[in-house]
Amino acid sequence: MHSLFATKDDLYITLAKVCVLLFVVLTVNAYLTWFERKVVAHIQSRWGPHRVGPHGLLQPLADGLKFFFKEDPTPAGVDKFVYHLAPLLALALALTSIALIPFGPDPIRWHGHDIYLGIAPLNLNVGILALFAITALGVYGVALAGWSSNSKYPLLGGLRSSAQMISYELTLTMSVVGVLLMAGSFNLRDIIDAQARHPERGILGWNVWPQILGFFCFFTAAVAETNRVPFDLPEAESELVAGFHTEYASFKFAMFFIAEYTSMITVSCLCTIMFFGGWLSPFPASWTFTHYLPSVILIPSGLWVIMDGFHYETLFGRIVLPGIGTAITALGLALIVLPHQYNEFIQAPFWFLSKVLLFLFVYVWMRGTLPRFRYDQLMAFGWKLLLPASIVNVILTSFVILAKMQWGHP
Amino acid sequence: MTTVETVTGTEKTMVLNMGPQHPSTHGVLRIVLELDGETVVKAVPDLGYLHTGIEKSCEDKTYSQVITLTDRMDYLNPLGNNLAYCLAVEKLLGLEVPRRAQYIRVMMVELQRISSHLVWLGTHAIDLGAMSVFLYCFREREEILKIFEMFSGQRMMTSYIRIGGMALDPPPGWRQAVQKVLDMMPSRVDEYEELLTQNPIWIRRTKDIGYISPEDAIALSMTGPTLRAAGVPYDNRKVFPYSSYEEFKFDVPTRTESDCYARYLVRVAEIRESLKIVKQAMEKITDEGPINAEAPGIIPPQREKMKTEMEALIYHFKIFTEGFSPPPGEAFVAVESPRGELGCFVASDGSPKPLRVHFRAPSFINLQALPKLVQGQLIADVIACIGTIDIVLGEVDR
Repeated sequence: MHSLFATKDDLYITLAKVCVLLFVVLTVNAYLTWFERKVVAHIQSRWGPHRVGPHGLLQPLADGLKFFFKEDPTPAGVDKFVYHLAPLLALALALTSIALIPFGPDPIRWHGHDIYLGIAPLNLNVGILALFAITALGVYGVALAGWSSNSKYPLLGGLRSSAQMISYELTLTMSVVGVLLMAGSFNLRDIIDAQARHPERGILGWNVWPQILGFFCFFTAAVAETNRVPFDLPEAESELVAGFHTEYASFKFAMFFIAEYTSMITVSCLCTIMFFGGWLSPFPASWTFTHYLPSVILIPSGLWVIMDGFHYETLFGRIVLPGIGTAITALGLALIVLPHQYNEFIQAPFWFLSKVLLFLFVYVWMRGTLPRFRYDQLMAFGWKLLLPASIVNVILTSFVILAKMQWGHP
Repeated sequence: MTTVETVTGTEKTMVLNMGPQHPSTHGVLRIVLELDGETVVKAVPDLGYLHTGIEKSCEDKTYSQVITLTDRMDYLNPLGNNLAYCLAVEKLLGLEVPRRAQYIRVMMVELQRISSHLVWLGTHAIDLGAMSVFLYCFREREEILKIFEMFSGQRMMTSYIRIGGMALDPPPGWRQAVQKVLDMMPSRVDEYEELLTQNPIWIRRTKDIGYISPEDAIALSMTGPTLRAAGVPYDNRKVFPYSSYEEFKFDVPTRTESDCYARYLVRVAEIRESLKIVKQAMEKITDEGPINAEAPGIIPPQREKMKTEMEALIYHFKIFTEGFSPPPGEAFVAVESPRGELGCFVASDGSPKPLRVHFRAPSFINLQALPKLVQGQLIADVIACIGTIDIVLGEVDR
């Protein structure tokens, strides 16, 4: 069995991977707020952040700094230990769950070591179970925050979210059972590989088609699980002020914030893996010319950023934006010019990230469009509609699989 | 009497203090809620956080100076407040306002109604989590405020309607500006409806929420869209027409469900009706004609006349130093504000300052239905109910 720390080098490599992933996730988190604000702004015919840095690109940095320098008062009468523990717990669990996600199939060879993209060991045969176990613990952060704040709005927010997260947890788990049955494994890599059984089918081989019902149940439950619009009741601003984190300020608030966005990323990754073929390309394997798609997208968008940069209002923007554009274009060109294996290597992460980005966009899109459910309606929706639907999905899937085994269809 | 102090809670219930600082109490309204879980057992509104003493201040101003105070009462409907006050004083003086000025008044007040309903729709939508509708509504409201600025030089506190007529003639190019809004609005209202009217979440959040029977609504003397959504077609513009409303063709939208959804539909329909009225008013307003009544000593004389006529100069001096004195007596006039029946009572003792000015504020009176509306509902519904009563705290507390 492949062990995480077979040698000392493996330990160092894992530690390095943790640091890199942490850095990447936190940066992506920061820019996810920028992305969200920008997209929602354009949905609402506004500009969004555009003062700090070109196109507001330094806004996340400014926000982060602000979080650090804000006063961090502890309200009177709080349960101090739990009050401080809650944000830590929320953040730690959210970050742990992302460690179990594999980001690409092929290792990077480096000094005789195969470095895989993702922290979890290759053959973690409880992958999805472990992931659900960790995300399920996430409710503690929210519930404890609501309880320990010694304030009524957080209390209501905490209660709401405990009920909501526990109910939707059930649907979340049930809705992926169909996928697990089809793949015959809990391992996230095996689930992706199972979707590549017929490389010629491309996008048609993905789980989303036979599991369309499961997918809808999963995605809805996932939105509820991450407390996002239209299920953002725990922090429903217009009702509960800020819900469970009303009494948190400064960096402790930032921790909740990062935790929420990290869970958004995790859930988008899961959706991609379970239903949208993970890192698989949507095109049939024989269409090798589609391997140049990353370059085809990168080069024009890089050139566009350069063009846009030249016309930007501020001098800083006219320097920085063309720089970024040049980097993007250079990357695109490099993929064509450099030896073939580099381009092949980039395919998997490229598709994985594209799909994750698509899901994140859907999250933001919903926020810009939908009103909010009421608490009891949310519960009724979860228990009376989503859960039965996902159970029906499990029964149907098992029936079809059994029938195939019985009558020997391939 | 139910006061805030009587809400103490029991072993099973919790007392939640909503407001005066709360994102969706539309200002500084405070409601003390007694909750069983999230269900409201008892709700008691607590008012007075925005008390400015406007009515009392009126007694220390001349009749013309009061107009600027009325602007600041219901800050989403300044022109309507101006109108109610001016009509009351005109009644006291027995002034006949020229037709042209009356049409301009109607047009401006209806534009104001649209802008007020837009603010209502936007804030109500954001209360229920539909964030984008809020910004769409404010985008259109901005266009209407630009028209106000064009007419009077002010976006909100216009003081455009004056005793005996208008402050200024309509500016050049006003027809194009108003026509632009008329052309734009119907499709924009469709856009809001597209996002909300058939939206299953929106329907779930508003349908059968905050029901009040027509009998109760009348007993609580509710007026405006809230009453019309209960099926009572009471509209001052139809029942007691003022300012030439009898010449305009428009419908009074009513619903019978009397829930938050019905109130939403009534207000959206009212936006469309107001557009009709604005269109008719635009056709009726002639390019030439007087905008002020023939009443020397009450209407400030024109600049040119002051330079040639001694009389005009004396009147000007008298009006701006002392004011004018209506005969002793009382007058009450009610207009239809976006929120309901806005009444203005003015009493004169023959001096240049009013003896008493009182406003029958629709927000204040409709608000007393709130405890009834939210009884037995959830916290989230309290927000929806406050929203659909459409209160403006500046008017509630005056």
